[in-house]
Amino acid sequence: MSDMTTTSQPVAPKPGAAPQVADPMLAADGTPLKRSLARALRAQKLRALMLIAPLLIFVLVTFIAPILDMLFRSVENQVVPNTLPQTVVAVEGWSPDAGETPGEPVFEALYHDLFLAAEAKRHTRLGSRLNYEHAGLSSVFRSSGRKVDDVGEVQLDALDALDKSWKDSGFWYALMSGGEGAAGDTAPLKAARGRLERLTGENFGGDAGFVPGQEIARILPRTVAEYSTFALFTAIDDGKEVARTKPWEAVKVALIQEIKRGADLAGYDGPGAAELRAARDMAAGQPDIDFKAAFADIDEAWDEIATWRTISAYGGHFTSGYFLNAADMQNGVDGIEARPENQRIYVMLFQRTLFMSLVICGACILLGYPVAFLLANLPMRTANLLMILVLLPFWTSLLVRTSAWKVMLQQQGVINDVLVWLGLVGDTGRLVMINNQFGTIVAMTHILLPFMILPMYSVMSTIPQTYVRAARSLGATNWTAFWRVYFPQSVPGIGAGSILVFILAIGYYITPELVGGTTGTFISNRIAYHISSSLNWGLAAALGSILLTAVLILYWAYDRIVGIDNVKLG
Amino acid sequence: MRFSKTLLASTALAMSAGAVAAEDMADSMTLVSWGGAYQKSQVKAYTEPYKEMNPNVEVVWDESSAEAVAKLRAMEEAGNVTWDLVDVVIADAMRLCDEGLAMEIDADEVLAPAPDGTPASEDFGDLLMSDCFIPQIVYSIVHGYRTDVEAWNGKTPTSVCDVFDLETFPGKRSMYKAPLYNMEWSLLCDGVAKEDIYDVLSTDEGVSRALAKLDTIKDQTVWWSAGAETPQLLADGEVVIGSTYNGRLFSVIAEQNQPVAMLWDGQIFDLDGWIIPEGLPEDRLARVLDFVRFATDTQRLADQAKYISYGPARASSAPLVGKHIELGIEMAPHMPTDPANTQNVILMDFPWWADHRDDLDAKFQSWLAN
Amino acid sequence: MATYTLRYVEKKPLSFSLPVLAAAGGFAGLFVGAAQSTMLNGIAGGAVLLAVLGFLALGVLDERREKPVRWGVMALMAAGGWIMGGLAGLIVGIAFGWFFGWFVYWIGEGRYRAHLLPYLTPGQVLGHYAFRVTCGLIFFFLITPIVVVMPLSFNAENFFTFTPRMLALDPEGFSLKHYRDFFTNPDWQQALWNSVAIAPVATFLSVSFGTLAAIGLSSEHVPFRRAIMAVLISPMIVPLIISAAGMYFFYSRLGLQGTYWGVVLAHAALGIPFVIITVTATLVGFDRSLTRAAANLGANPVTTFFRVQMPLILPGVISGGLFAFITSFDEVVVVLFVGSAGQKTLPWQMFIGLREQISPTILAVATILVAISIVLLTTVEMLRRRSERLRGLSPG
Repeated sequence: MSDMTTTSQPVAPKPGAAPQVADPMLAADGTPLKRSLARALRAQKLRALMLIAPLLIFVLVTFIAPILDMLFRSVENQVVPNTLPQTVVAVEGWSPDAGETPGEPVFEALYHDLFLAAEAKRHTRLGSRLNYEHAGLSSVFRSSGRKVDDVGEVQLDALDALDKSWKDSGFWYALMSGGEGAAGDTAPLKAARGRLERLTGENFGGDAGFVPGQEIARILPRTVAEYSTFALFTAIDDGKEVARTKPWEAVKVALIQEIKRGADLAGYDGPGAAELRAARDMAAGQPDIDFKAAFADIDEAWDEIATWRTISAYGGHFTSGYFLNAADMQNGVDGIEARPENQRIYVMLFQRTLFMSLVICGACILLGYPVAFLLANLPMRTANLLMILVLLPFWTSLLVRTSAWKVMLQQQGVINDVLVWLGLVGDTGRLVMINNQFGTIVAMTHILLPFMILPMYSVMSTIPQTYVRAARSLGATNWTAFWRVYFPQSVPGIGAGSILVFILAIGYYITPELVGGTTGTFISNRIAYHISSSLNWGLAAALGSILLTAVLILYWAYDRIVGIDNVKLG
Repeated sequence: MRFSKTLLASTALAMSAGAVAAEDMADSMTLVSWGGAYQKSQVKAYTEPYKEMNPNVEVVWDESSAEAVAKLRAMEEAGNVTWDLVDVVIADAMRLCDEGLAMEIDADEVLAPAPDGTPASEDFGDLLMSDCFIPQIVYSIVHGYRTDVEAWNGKTPTSVCDVFDLETFPGKRSMYKAPLYNMEWSLLCDGVAKEDIYDVLSTDEGVSRALAKLDTIKDQTVWWSAGAETPQLLADGEVVIGSTYNGRLFSVIAEQNQPVAMLWDGQIFDLDGWIIPEGLPEDRLARVLDFVRFATDTQRLADQAKYISYGPARASSAPLVGKHIELGIEMAPHMPTDPANTQNVILMDFPWWADHRDDLDAKFQSWLAN
Repeated sequence: MATYTLRYVEKKPLSFSLPVLAAAGGFAGLFVGAAQSTMLNGIAGGAVLLAVLGFLALGVLDERREKPVRWGVMALMAAGGWIMGGLAGLIVGIAFGWFFGWFVYWIGEGRYRAHLLPYLTPGQVLGHYAFRVTCGLIFFFLITPIVVVMPLSFNAENFFTFTPRMLALDPEGFSLKHYRDFFTNPDWQQALWNSVAIAPVATFLSVSFGTLAAIGLSSEHVPFRRAIMAVLISPMIVPLIISAAGMYFFYSRLGLQGTYWGVVLAHAALGIPFVIITVTATLVGFDRSLTRAAANLGANPVTTFFRVQMPLILPGVISGGLFAFITSFDEVVVVLFVGSAGQKTLPWQMFIGLREQISPTILAVATILVAISIVLLTTVEMLRRRSERLRGLSPG
């Protein structure tokens, strides 16, 4: 082993051998040795990379990509601009400082956005999204979605009463497509397709069986846009024939608004021209549709500045809201501020997770060190047998060990029973050892102890016993020999074990869930809660990102101090 | 009027019997339920007889009802719905329906009429609370208590408010780890009239008031999140009184013979039933509709009550409820719907909860953690 | 010629043995007394009893009577236990009797020094044994929870509690029904089958990819080695809940969620760090000139790998594989998210068993699995010894 041939390269020219430059050393095939070596090195690198590549790709695809994908949710906010595209644009010029809610155009945009969202059943998702920032908005959107088709009821009734063709789906189809053979304009259809696809995340490709008429699209752009959206949705999502389906109220509302505002019907002689003119005359005698009042009527929250502040603040494609929430803060009236006292929870949970992981790590060091020391200093045969006692819990299902601790620790459990039997505690004074921090710490120390013992043991078994004996023979006391000679050599083992245990502890989920009660749970439990119960995936991702950052910093430190190559298991 | 009803009924019949031929139906379906004794009752009462009629059909069970909303949402996002029929509580059904994750159904078209010809919509009556929801059972959240607590000096709790009385009834309690149910009870026991509970709870002060009442027992409470926990805790003597589903308590008391008794006062009704996920391919949908029609008919719902003490959702099933299949005891008195048990029932306001759940959850969880 | 023999294992004077024995007896008596609710009497009784026994055994009776004396002590204590605590007391009594019978001679004859360096001072001897006892307690802490749940798997009732009948060792309190449930219930059988179908394939994937990569990584000329290593180790350090959620969303999009291969891939990814770590550790000690020698002798790289390198790093590969296997076999968080009903593994079924229907069947399963692990671990240890013997190394 000490043979020098183990160093790999053939003897390369020494750096000091400058004079040879003029006459380069040649390899057997006549190429200069330097180049030949470089080529060999390159080949070696390539070979190594080829060996690593399959696994690297495998891990990147099956593991890293999912993690990044998940973490992206912590800043992603598409649901707001995708569900309320017109509102978000319209509300841009508005500022909460104005002291009043936005003007009529914003409410009109909201009407059209919300109407479509309610048809596609997407408004409640937006409601739950905004509810995270402003409690109560969930129900606002839910109820508004139910009642949005009542907006402008008076005007709609008047239109329907004016002429029964306005209730006829065929008439509408002819009006909007400009009749048979009319020049078509596919732009509104394309826009509608984009709007629907962004809203639902589904594919709206395919034939709608409808093409907007060029002329009507010029005169009544918004009505045609709304009708195109209706047509696409009806044809693709509902699978119905557009010409036989009555258009949404939103289409009619758009029409009333447009003819009332003086759409230029003068030169129009396509289908329904007469009806349109009649409608224009009728609409002139009707009061304007008051969207603001209508929404305030549906839910008074629409009349509150706070509602609109939230919509305007969270209208972007990306948001810092989840991260703020994860730090117990929010985007309040005067910028970023702390959340109200009764909603602060995450900072405390992060601190608790950190503190308890430290305690668990400390407990593992205290319990693991003597055992690792014993194992390393016993004859191999005995050590291997005792090692089974360490490995057995390691191999036993986590769930079983956790439930075993439940059986042990609960008030009617084994430990309390034994204590009562021994008379050390009274039957009424049974100790509370579970559903609190103590329970979590004991169970997790037990579960993670092998992860401490194994690296410690692998380091300690390389420390020659002769050092300690030499120290003793030089007159050191037992304690000095241990503390000054043995212990410093075992520190890498402690480092390896404790960072491993700490990293594992900080992300634990199942055990605190089962034995932690309310005071012994970790941040992971909240992450799991938000993923599977509250469905606030953005917040879960933000909490996860913070946790992951903490772990990565630890890993970096670990790699620096110990070197990841130096971890050994068993 | 009459004509249209007959027409409806005949289309429904055609749907189940003629129009969809058996070969057009998928051969396997994935049903999602809650596991445990409840799922066992569904296997015995629904799928086993169904498989006898359709031996080629394979039924896969998934015990994921607790995470149904989250999983369905992710499945929809991915465009790959693997479930065919999902057992959820009404609150989740409403949420799924609102979000377009569950299919809307026409009760009279999809569900079988009662044996006497009453259409399904009348037979289920008020329980058809959401357009997507097919009711199966009425259950309730009740308290159970241990009958052998020495510290109680022979007294037994008679009112739901005794849960909050630590002096007369000392010992640990177990309560649901969510605002649901607990908020109602704590307001009721804080002197709010039953019909005002949700009005009070709609205000911030009301929420604080409910939490303040819960504060009085907070350090004596073990919080459960799965239905099996309270029975285990009661049987172990870890808690002396705790809330859970009435069927779970029935099994502790009648099947396991533990020293536990029911406290029927202040029980809260809840509903559980099926939803069909939106966007199933045709063959799977046909199979599921066929199964649902069978599994929610009058006889099947009554059969389920032989295995577990939950009340069938059809009015026409009630008279058919018989004896427990193994214990041979009459099941009717153990039903949450039995008149003797419904002296002081709290009716949950499901739409209210649908609106306020997120908000209250955040406040409750923060209260719990602090 | 004057001979000097180092006689450190020698009979101790009674003035030393009796107080030590009395102290030990008092300590044990404390617990017995407490159980009878008279702690002081217990201490005094225990001390006196052990002192008297010690005096009888060491001072009065001949050393060669050791065996009968030990049996006598055991019988005496067993009888005492029976009187005080029935069947359970009898068992405790037998254990106490066996221990103290041995302890009396161990102390009195000075046998406790037999394996120690002769020059240790009494204080050091005491320290040595104090350390051993501490380690014993830690092992006790490690193993007790597992031992405690085993009897519960024979519980006749459906709860996780020692019933009074079990404590009284009444046969009625025990039953094999949870084992029956495990072997007859299709849910459990399906779960077992799924675990058996998933874990080996996941292990195979992580071992084959992992070993190749570890060999690549062990070469000296790998660019970005640290970064690559960090990526490959990441499945071990990323908190499981984050991995699970991420895979859940991502695999859903790929259509892998709820499929057999989805779970296999997820588990393979989780097992990879263990393979990488163990195999790289083995390769550190690998002599690279061996592969060159093989190449020199005309072997192609594939032959070299399988005939030279593989046999030498096999122990590392196997132990990495074992870790990967157990990771998959015991994994519950990720499979809960990535899997669906068709991939319900044993841990998942156990999780349901804990959450939805508390049933000691999971303890029966655990007991079976622990038994299998013991057999496996012992087999591995015996194989190791055998191979060392074959290779001419003296087993340590």
